Amino acid sequence: MAPDTAIEFEKATVRYHRRLALDEVSLSVGRGEFVGIIGPNGAGKTTLLKSVNGLVRLWSGRVGVLGLEPHNGAGHRVRKRVGYLPQAPQIDSRVPLAVRDTVLAGRWGRLGWLRRPGRADREAVERALVAVGAAHLADRPVGKLSGGEYQRVALARVLAQEPDVFLFDEPTAGIDPQAQLELLELIRRVHAEREVTALYVTHHIRLEDGHAALPECCTRLLMMRHGRIWRDGPRGDLADEALLRELYHCCSEAAPLAAPHAGGGF
Amino acid sequence: MMGWLGDQFMQNALLAGLFAGVACSLAGVFVVTMHVSFLGVCIAHAALAGALMGEWLEFNPVIGALGFSVGAAGLVGPLADKGDLSPDSAIGIVFSLMLGLSLLFLGLIPGSRTEALNLFWGSILTVTRADVAVLALTAAVLAALVVLFFKEIQAVVCHRHVALAVGIPAGIVFYGMLLGTGATMAVSLRSVGGLVIFCLIINPAAAAFQLTYSLKRMFVISAVLGVFSCWAGLAASYFWDLRTGACIAIVSSCVFALAAAVSPKRRLAWR
Repeated sequence: MAPDTAIEFEKATVRYHRRLALDEVSLSVGRGEFVGIIGPNGAGKTTLLKSVNGLVRLWSGRVGVLGLEPHNGAGHRVRKRVGYLPQAPQIDSRVPLAVRDTVLAGRWGRLGWLRRPGRADREAVERALVAVGAAHLADRPVGKLSGGEYQRVALARVLAQEPDVFLFDEPTAGIDPQAQLELLELIRRVHAEREVTALYVTHHIRLEDGHAALPECCTRLLMMRHGRIWRDGPRGDLADEALLRELYHCCSEAAPLAAPHAGGGF
Repeated sequence: MMGWLGDQFMQNALLAGLFAGVACSLAGVFVVTMHVSFLGVCIAHAALAGALMGEWLEFNPVIGALGFSVGAAGLVGPLADKGDLSPDSAIGIVFSLMLGLSLLFLGLIPGSRTEALNLFWGSILTVTRADVAVLALTAAVLAALVVLFFKEIQAVVCHRHVALAVGIPAGIVFYGMLLGTGATMAVSLRSVGGLVIFCLIINPAAAAFQLTYSLKRMFVISAVLGVFSCWAGLAASYFWDLRTGACIAIVSSCVFALAAAVSPKRRLAWR
């Protein structure tokens, strides 16, 4: 694995029982690169992300992340260095956990067994809460947040982790358009400040109001279908309506675009 | 009025109530937050199956109960994970196996099965100093584990997927909590009996869950309510000459009802 490579897939295959979710995918992502991943439902986007942090089991092939192999005994070590922001989950509204504690959880993996958080950990949490504009929510029970607030807090947790790689799995799904835009801007800012490697999965190309659903800093795009990378190239080159229609219509009759193109720049 | 505290059996019962109250209520926080309340019934029946097997094969029923309880608790986690089941379904499967084994051994034992059945229906009024010492040790070990691994426990019970994603070995922590619950129940069973244990596992923790959004406070409140339920139940039983286990069960249920009535979580909005 080259020193400037953060993520490398070599013919990685993942199966869920009989279904092939990832089919001999080979991929190389350089350090500091921001890669968007699009494709229809069931194309393998989430599986690709979960292969990076070892949350799914590889059937064959190899995945290397930051010089480690998450599927070869280094899963926990990789996850400590990879920040994963999944889709907004269903949270039990009565869960006994305050926002500050859930953000602090981002530090637990790195801290290790039997060690308590110190001042540096608490300061990292406060910085992260301020960065996402959620400092005022710090003492609120996490189950009492709205979808948009929860995703901000989840982003704060990922920031507090201070990872070397970010994985974003449709982080704007299920939240209102304004909150979506704010979250995208936050992600852009975070990437600009930290220049970490990022993979960003999105189902829709554009938000409902026509704005691009990928942050500006995303310069490279992967198009996935049937568990394979169908196209891989500069975002500008792949921003082609005909290509998008082909990508989505290959698997479903659903319209590929969330809304009519409003010139928001894909 | 204070004469009742002079009786040796009552002193032992109060101490057993203190330690069993703390141990079961701490384990109860795992059970309530992980939504596996049926685990208590499952482990109690595993202990019965183990004790009956001990009587049948003529080895110490307590050893059998301990082995089966811990084994059943240890089986639930991997069964749920490997079988892609909810923990509740895994508990149901293990429970049905344990119930089946209990009935099988019951039929195989010739003559009296008193010792095994006493184990299941043990009474807090007949505990010895040795029982109290074992309960004290159990409570101390469990409390120490909760303090030492609090951050891992918090991450896993509140959002296991996040715990795993940030590099915590969430599976090990989850199985550890199930095993801790199983061991606590198995150790307490002979002293305080299945009914009291089941009440202490569920009610104080469920009451504490109503009262706070902090897991740390939930552990403390649960332990306090567990001990209160035991002591108030013992006092009611002593003064009104009622069955002790029933009194503890009813008091702990009333504690839960009261907590639910005053719960801040029932208010409409967070301010």
